[in-house]
Amino acid sequence: MQDSVQIEARHLCKTFPMGQQQVVALEQVNLSFREGEFAGLVGPSGSGKTTFLNIAGLLDVPTGGNITVMGQPSDGASHKAAAALRNRHIGFIFQTFNLLPVYTVFENVEFPLLLQGMPKSQRKDAVWQALEWVGILDKAKARPSQLSGGQSQRVAIARAMVKRPAIVLADEPTANLDAKNSHNVLQTMVKLNEELKTSFIFSTHDEKVIQYLKRKISLEDGRVVEDSEAEARKHEAELQ
Amino acid sequence: MILIPQLAVRNILGAGLRTWLNVIVLSLAFVAIILSVGFNRGLLQQASTAMIDAELGGGQYWQGEYDPYDPFTLQDAHAEIPEALANLISSGKATAILAAPGTLYPDGRILPVTLRGIDPHQTILEIPSRFLDATAETPQALIGARMAKSGNLGIGDYVTVRWRDRHGTYDARDIVITQIMNTTVPTVDTRQVWLPLRTLQEMTNMPDQATLVVLDKNQTQAPEVAGWSFMNLDFLLKDLHDLVKTRLIARSVLYVILLFLAMIAIFDTQILAIFRRRKEIGTLIAMGMTRSKVIQLFTLEGMLHGVLAAGLGAIYGTPLLAYFAKNGFEIPQSGAGFGLAIGRTLYPYYSTTMVVGTTALVMLVVTVVSFIPTRRIAKLNPTDALRGKIT
Ligand SMILES: Nc1ncnc2c1ncn2[C@@H]1O[C@H](COP(=O)(O)OP(=O)(O)OP(=O)(O)O)[C@@H](O)[C@H]1O
Ligand SMILES: [Mg+2]
Repeated sequence: MQDSVQIEARHLCKTFPMGQQQVVALEQVNLSFREGEFAGLVGPSGSGKTTFLNIAGLLDVPTGGNITVMGQPSDGASHKAAAALRNRHIGFIFQTFNLLPVYTVFENVEFPLLLQGMPKSQRKDAVWQALEWVGILDKAKARPSQLSGGQSQRVAIARAMVKRPAIVLADEPTANLDAKNSHNVLQTMVKLNEELKTSFIFSTHDEKVIQYLKRKISLEDGRVVEDSEAEARKHEAELQ
Repeated sequence: MILIPQLAVRNILGAGLRTWLNVIVLSLAFVAIILSVGFNRGLLQQASTAMIDAELGGGQYWQGEYDPYDPFTLQDAHAEIPEALANLISSGKATAILAAPGTLYPDGRILPVTLRGIDPHQTILEIPSRFLDATAETPQALIGARMAKSGNLGIGDYVTVRWRDRHGTYDARDIVITQIMNTTVPTVDTRQVWLPLRTLQEMTNMPDQATLVVLDKNQTQAPEVAGWSFMNLDFLLKDLHDLVKTRLIARSVLYVILLFLAMIAIFDTQILAIFRRRKEIGTLIAMGMTRSKVIQLFTLEGMLHGVLAAGLGAIYGTPLLAYFAKNGFEIPQSGAGFGLAIGRTLYPYYSTTMVVGTTALVMLVVTVVSFIPTRRIAKLNPTDALRGKIT
């Protein structure tokens, strides 16, 4: 059980300097995520969801406590090591999609593999596979500017998934999508989670997302106030 | 990794109009620099060749007293031609020139001139001395077109000349103009009157004497001669080189400004690109690109302006340069050849070294200008970049 832990945060704290004061974004957060999670950080605006995802993705460093991601403690990771780890194991999905405008859909999805230095023939197969997962094969030659929001986000999912990462971190992936597209995108992610055992960790305050979550973690003012899995485990322990 | 060049090309071409504006300005600077340097090279070459042909030969022996910068020395700057030089002259490898101050009185005007005696049979200098007959009753004179104009003289005109002989005694006599030559070299034309050497030696009572001995331009040996100093071409052409260099520097202000504008445009484009594309930078880093790779990417994008400018410059610059190199450039009459010995048409001269050198220099500057703004990426916090914030 222990070796399937992918992210382990202990007493994680993050404060931001704000003029003279310090803004507390995370306070004493203890969370662990295992292989195959489909978990969401839920909470009001400013509760620290994005901050946690950034730290979990080694894009930011905590100011207190520690976090280990795919066996890599964040305090020992150089910028380069963190980049390598993200490149191999972590996919990002953003609220605003963040596709590269000068590349086609195919090339956008291919990009992480190019970064990895994967040979061309392998790359091609992987990209087509990823486009198939998200059901956007017909748009392979389109530019991001020619896509709808839902299509863009599906391309972004394909881009995150193409390298078959262990973890996908998705910061409010449905915030810019309408209801229909939100469900569509979520169903795609559920499917990938089940088929490939990829862990998904979301941040959201979207009810539509919440109903798909297997695990719901509520944050308030940087603290974990509720963790459905921890409760379930406690419940299990009580029963035994 | 081929990724970065490929991405850089896409990005810069994707940036559209702004890219092309930068590229056009930079390519103008490119072509202007090469054109300007080429013109100066041509100027220098053309002027040196003309001066070598008409005046300097392969170098000159100066009689000890001779100093062209001090006209008062001319009266005493003459001596018997030493044997070593006389041998060179008789074997056709050199020719002697006697120079003496004199005064011309055309139409009652007074015109100070230098009288120059030259061997009518010499072939060392491209001066049509063959038109001079040393045996004629009235001394025959050859002058340049500029001299003819300032003295209002034509072929067949008689004019009174006054000079001093070796003892300082004044003497005067009429001479006849037998030929007017067209030369691009002002120093053998303006205020110069060419006479047969023997005639001038007799007039001044300086038999077998000379002021200068000019070597054939193919003559490489210049033996030491007591009492005479050998002046090589490096020395004799130094003024010309300095003049052209000064001109080049004066001219370069123009294209330095052009280059500077192009650099500012690129610098500005870089700053703007980094600011506008901060989210993209954050995304690249999130996908596992290192900051140094992102810096490489943006620097390369900036450098590509230089590459495109070189390409564009080559497209319209090559035919332009080729046209000028072939047909030359008509110098406006008022410019009168910038006071240099270059005739009406200037042929610019381009060398591969010069074009490659200029390109390398411009590329270096473009690289530096492209790189400097990217340093802020090194300090960039990826989470800030993703939030669209930049510090
Ligand atoms: N770079 C920063 N500098 C200063 N303060 C920051 C920074 N990033 C986050 N914060 C602060 O930290 C707190 C948590 O922010 P965070 O972005 O994690 O919230 P969130 O839960 O993602 O909110 P939202 O739902 O609005 O996205 C907020 O008070 C925010 O103002
Ligand atoms: Mg957020």
